[in-house]
Amino acid sequence: MSRVRVLVGTRKGAFVLTSDGSREQWRVSGPHFAGWEIYHVAGSTADPARLYASQSTSWFGQLIQRSDDGGETWRPVGNRFGYDGATGTHQWYDGTPHPWEFARVWHLEPSPSDPDTVYAGVEDAALFRSGDGGESWQELPGLRTHPSGPSWQPGAGGMCLHTVLLDPRDPERIYAAISAAGAFRSDDAGKTWRPINHGLKSEGIPDPDAEVGHCVHRLAMHPSRPDVLFMQKHWDVMRTDDAGGSWREISGDLPTDFGFAIDVHAHEPDTVYVVPIKSDSEHFPLDGRLRVYRSRSGGDEWEPLTNGLPQKDCYVNVLRDAMAVDSLDDCGIYFGTTGGQVYVSPDAGDSWKPIVRDLPAVLSVEVQTLP
Amino acid sequence: MIRVVLPAHLRTLARIDGEVRLEMDGPATQRSVLDALEARYPVLRGTIRDQVSHRRRAFVRFFACEEDLSHETPDSPLPEEVALGKEPFLIVGAMAGG
Repeated sequence: MSRVRVLVGTRKGAFVLTSDGSREQWRVSGPHFAGWEIYHVAGSTADPARLYASQSTSWFGQLIQRSDDGGETWRPVGNRFGYDGATGTHQWYDGTPHPWEFARVWHLEPSPSDPDTVYAGVEDAALFRSGDGGESWQELPGLRTHPSGPSWQPGAGGMCLHTVLLDPRDPERIYAAISAAGAFRSDDAGKTWRPINHGLKSEGIPDPDAEVGHCVHRLAMHPSRPDVLFMQKHWDVMRTDDAGGSWREISGDLPTDFGFAIDVHAHEPDTVYVVPIKSDSEHFPLDGRLRVYRSRSGGDEWEPLTNGLPQKDCYVNVLRDAMAVDSLDDCGIYFGTTGGQVYVSPDAGDSWKPIVRDLPAVLSVEVQTLP
Repeated sequence: MIRVVLPAHLRTLARIDGEVRLEMDGPATQRSVLDALEARYPVLRGTIRDQVSHRRRAFVRFFACEEDLSHETPDSPLPEEVALGKEPFLIVGAMAGG
């Protein structure tokens, strides 16, 4: 019978939640790396026993941990993230030039074909790659040195490269998203990059139609249709059908289109999930009701999913990397909250229950579907 | 012999109980002590000083003999009591809650 392994990164450590395919009974392992911020834990699809974790604190910097046994044991690997060449400046919050400084790894994206190859999206925004299981890291500097780089500005959480999507059809094609620079695409395995933000509109930047400067919160892709991307922007839920050539808004009848997380059903490429958040100044669900919204039409038309979720007095947030889907026949949907809950829906969102209720604030959730 | 006291997170990371005792040749300086410490515990590379710039991390301080040595140059000699192992070299994480 198939199993699932949920990898949870929190403000105070990592947790591994496992269950059989029924997703009824759960074993909780952790905290791993107790007391450290775990921005992301990711598993390799090429070797599900291979996991990578981003471990950091403001005090002691960045570590990368690796497990070769599905999270039972871990060992630190390379943590030298040196920018390649002169770093130059980006804009600071006040608009003045600010030197590029490495802060932390936000997101780890293992290669779908090689467990030793993994990408790291970091703050200040840059993309790194390891080809030796995380022992050493090399920047792909073409992104950071894009001519628009000096005009990039940080979002409130820092100038983070938070999304890395690898096209399963074309190993040369990589998508990355940076808050608050926008989305970018490479068609040559990361050597060169182009902004792909045509059609995004953002109030609060000097040119609301600018090619860069948009606060993209998250991108999602269905592997069977990699030219279609879904985006949760600061405000607005967006979609592209031509690999980022142009975007159109699909917020439709959402009660608010601010949010962070977005994901796609494992077997239905037009079924999309978001968690609407009240506003950019009030990072909690509208009316204190935690609702996931699902579109079965690729956007525009959305339905609230509330069964099992708190419908009063709920003021948690769901961060950008804190939603994931499994690939069991009945697709499971998972998300974690800043209140420490991790919820599962074993029926594609129709009903929900908490796996755990009292973890530290959840930063990230990933799911592995195991044989 | 140099005695080094690490903050709790770094002792856990490096699987150290109590003080670290380093046998060193040559003068005891911040740089030589940290070089020896990182050579013995490679997992500590990058946690006390930046791996690229080698600057002390902002939330880490160095104390010894009731003095703050954080702003001494990396190659300044450490106090004799530290070099002789009578007093420990203290690596301290900034106090903060949360």
